[in-house]
Amino acid sequence: MQVYQVAAMTRAFADLHLRANLEDQQATQRLIKRAAGFGYSQISIPFTSKPSEDELAKLKALCSEAGVDFVSRADFYPRSESELTHFLRRFRRRFEVICILCDNKEVARQAAKDRRVDLLNFSNIDHRKRFFDRAEAELASGSLAALEVDVKQLLILEGPPRVRVLTSLRREVALAWEFGVPVVVSSGVDEERLMRSPRDMASLAYLFGMDEPSALDAVSTNPSAIIERNRKKLGNHFVAPGISIIKEGKTV
Amino acid sequence: MKRVKQRYIALQVECKVMPTEREFIDAVWTAVTRLYGEVGASQTGLSLIDTDAERKVAVIRVSLAALKMVRASLAAITSVAGEEASVQVISVSGTLKALYSNAR
Repeated sequence: MQVYQVAAMTRAFADLHLRANLEDQQATQRLIKRAAGFGYSQISIPFTSKPSEDELAKLKALCSEAGVDFVSRADFYPRSESELTHFLRRFRRRFEVICILCDNKEVARQAAKDRRVDLLNFSNIDHRKRFFDRAEAELASGSLAALEVDVKQLLILEGPPRVRVLTSLRREVALAWEFGVPVVVSSGVDEERLMRSPRDMASLAYLFGMDEPSALDAVSTNPSAIIERNRKKLGNHFVAPGISIIKEGKTV
Repeated sequence: MKRVKQRYIALQVECKVMPTEREFIDAVWTAVTRLYGEVGASQTGLSLIDTDAERKVAVIRVSLAALKMVRASLAAITSVAGEEASVQVISVSGTLKALYSNAR
């Protein structure tokens, strides 16, 4: 048998949810290298509090060493609407991607309305705590929020719990599709053995009703669009949506 | 009778020790059966073609109609013969000749 190598892919793939333990630098490095080996060009390791400049610089260096683009992301688990707005006011301009882990309806609705939120994550296995229903999808379609689906649950669960998760995901993805809410498929894993290549992630998305092109978009085009949009906004030339500084003149 | 179109899939098995052929194909069957049930698994036309223990590579054959089902099942594998493992698809092709040359 002959030697194999992973074939080069034309799409630029992104995994926005690699839950590396930042205290274990070697494990983080291994995760980043593996992501690079799988062909991801952009990865994101979420922070739950404000990181130091040192931490960010270290991660960026690790990623550039592996040949991947590091995307800064903050995950927040607000308990109320006010906590959510406080967090967004404080962190929106510090991170390229903001994800809200919605644990109650009040937070879910506010997060879906707020244009500062990039990703809505409903990773709770309990179907009563998954609030991505029609109303949520409609609100999200009016803002910029995308639905994030972590494939980790599909890998670690078995039997009836996995069936319930698949049922919820199928319904949520269908609603997102109906209301034009982008879907982002992320790994959500913290172990190397659970990492999957982008095309395998897209294959897993087939389990909850995504066809091949939209599944591939969910691991490439959709996350990349969020990153690009926010990088523009966080750049020095951004004024307002559709308006940016091209050239600065001298004052007379 | 209409000929069933098939696809060959080259797989990289990521584990400490390469499982035996029997253990590997059993893990694939188990994954397919868990996700799609016995009726679904019976429609895959799954068979093991070749393995390379040294490089931890395996080649399987499936029916084209069941390719998506099998790919999803392969991605869902987290253990083989009780050991932690994952299976990555390297290449998919309609003929073995093309599979080997594509995946080289």
